[in-house]
Amino acid sequence: MTTCAKPEDNAATPAGAPGSAFLSVRDLYVHFSTEDGIVKAVDGLSFDLERGRTLGIVGESGSGKSVTGLSVLGLHDPMHTETRGEILLDGQEMTGAGEKTLEKLRGNKVAMIFQDSLTALSPYYTIGRQICEPYRKHTGASRRAAWARAVELLGRVGIPQPKLRAHDYPHQFSGGMRQRAMIAMALVCDPELLIADEPTTALDVTVQAQILDLLSDLQQEFGSAIILITHDLGVVANTADELLVMYAGRAVERGTVSEVLRAPQHPYTWGLLTSMPRLESDVSEALTPIPGAPPSLLATPTGCPFHPRCGYPAEVGGTRCEDERPLIGPGRGSACHLSAGQKRSLFIEQIKPRLG
Amino acid sequence: MATPEGILPSPRDDAAPAAAGEALLSAEGLTKHFPILGGFPFRRKVGAVQAVDGIDLTVRAGESFGLVGESGCGKSTTGRLLTRLLEPTAGRITYRGEDITHANRKQLAPIRSEIQMIFQDPYSSLNPRQTVGTIISGPMEINGLNPPGGRERRVRELLETVGLNPEHYNRFPHEFSGGQRQRIGVARALALEPRLIVADEPVSALDVSIQAQVVNLLQELQRELGIAFLFIAHDLAVVRHFSQRVAVMYLGKVVEVGDRDSIYRRPRHPYTHALLSAVPEAALTDADEEGGGRERIRLAGDVPSPVSPPSGCRFRTRCWKARERCAESEPLLVRVAGNRVGHLTACHFPEDPTTAADAREEAVVLDPALRGVRQPSSPSGV
Repeated sequence: MTTCAKPEDNAATPAGAPGSAFLSVRDLYVHFSTEDGIVKAVDGLSFDLERGRTLGIVGESGSGKSVTGLSVLGLHDPMHTETRGEILLDGQEMTGAGEKTLEKLRGNKVAMIFQDSLTALSPYYTIGRQICEPYRKHTGASRRAAWARAVELLGRVGIPQPKLRAHDYPHQFSGGMRQRAMIAMALVCDPELLIADEPTTALDVTVQAQILDLLSDLQQEFGSAIILITHDLGVVANTADELLVMYAGRAVERGTVSEVLRAPQHPYTWGLLTSMPRLESDVSEALTPIPGAPPSLLATPTGCPFHPRCGYPAEVGGTRCEDERPLIGPGRGSACHLSAGQKRSLFIEQIKPRLG
Repeated sequence: MATPEGILPSPRDDAAPAAAGEALLSAEGLTKHFPILGGFPFRRKVGAVQAVDGIDLTVRAGESFGLVGESGCGKSTTGRLLTRLLEPTAGRITYRGEDITHANRKQLAPIRSEIQMIFQDPYSSLNPRQTVGTIISGPMEINGLNPPGGRERRVRELLETVGLNPEHYNRFPHEFSGGQRQRIGVARALALEPRLIVADEPVSALDVSIQAQVVNLLQELQRELGIAFLFIAHDLAVVRHFSQRVAVMYLGKVVEVGDRDSIYRRPRHPYTHALLSAVPEAALTDADEEGGGRERIRLAGDVPSPVSPPSGCRFRTRCWKARERCAESEPLLVRVAGNRVGHLTACHFPEDPTTAADAREEAVVLDPALRGVRQPSSPSGV
């Protein structure tokens, strides 16, 4: 393993002791044991989220972003998963919580929106009934009251003729409508935390724009905190308040959306930004891809997990990038050995011109 | 990455290479209706999915032509029709002046080697039981091609061209990552030195950091080898980056076609405006944070079913400018007043040509679920 002085920021954060935020995740490790070895899906992750705010978690496939979302809800199979660290939701510990406690929270205080609405909804029950179920379970409402609530929410998320459509089965809905129905289901108990795992990836752009607007609209109305997990920096740019960039199970950069997108500090974030063509970019210039491929989580590279694909270990000097794991503090920051001055000048001299 | 120059033999030595700008493949009134069968006891045709309904387009030699649209708009079907993997219901396909609409297998054989395809999913488009060498030399074997130095040498050259290690000749697809597999697909398409490659969503299954690698590779091949591309994708930014001319499809019709600048800077069709405004952009500009910036159009609902498309203009059910005339008569794909040469728009009430994509004063929000216009997000954390 790497010489790593301390797992990241377990010292008291300046903003207050861990747990002061609505959701506070500290040193989260999620390891899966498989036939090939231990997959370190999340490897020491910390973040905080306040009520009414949206945290965007961005990363490529296999960066551990979905695993993080699922572990907040305790949805991993405990037989094959080792979860360490702290997940405090409103002061309540989630990592070691029993199934009963979690059951009371799921769908009630914390709700989840999944990527693929066709597999996340049951094909055997009507949309209305599936929305009623968590509501009746958590509030003990009557069948009639729950149905009325389901219809009300379907209307709120923009399903035309909600009274009729509540009797439909998922296959009778289009992709965008199913995603709306799933949002309605997630909102039925007024959750305080909403985890949206790639909520728009399967949708077309025009529908994606509707759903993203709907999510921020609803957030203003209900005041819930949202974790928006996505691989698309564009999706979080206009929806999230704070941003966490993940790579190989670790946070590599964090800050407010404007900080991260306007003055990114980590070479991986630079790579993500320069490899995406944009509507305004100069077409005569070739894209700048990140060389290589994301690492296997069975054997993450030593030191900085990004160093085999990074163009700047020479700037750091020596073999520091290969030997020493860079740390990331709370608040604005990045896990990189480059000095703050180097990051700034490299970004301004080399990266910013390419972003146009 | 090795430059393709010198590695690939000179362009085909039969007829002179088609001059750039000359029509290579063109379609007129191309239509594909998939029948819906139903009824008992004899399954009769009870309807049709009008996947592609009378489209005209031309791919010129050496150019890259982009085809964008949302899922279900018929862009993939179009690609398959043009490669004659599907039999068109009506219309005409011409390849270098030759009508190939209903050409049979034998007649198509020489043309098939000139039109190759790259598929979307690099996991299902490579046979898991064949080695990379077998996969890439397959097309040569079928066409009885024996390049100088043997097929194996040619395959190794191709592997190098697409940026893979020639030593990997004997490996199987599962030993490669998604991006590398897509490169194998590209090498296979290059094996016959095609004039045209139909690339159906070649990068959408790949991770962001890998996408750029493949886009750059395709662009390099297009420039150095002069291969024409029909680039089918739903990602508008990628299409803009890759294509010189772009066609926008909606529900089986081409609604707008033109060169890159016309489509992206001076779009006339409301749907093109809506599509462009819906693209999430990672770059934050000052204007974005002040709430101005790009136009904001939010359509209501989803694309209607292609089984019973709306009368007249197919976009009218989601269009904010729709009037009676839109339901009555179908707009033709023509050069409307104010368009530059080659920029065709199918709309009765086109947007103002001076309305650049970022100059719309008021947001158009048709979605009933979106209440008040959202306050511009203030990511600075105010």
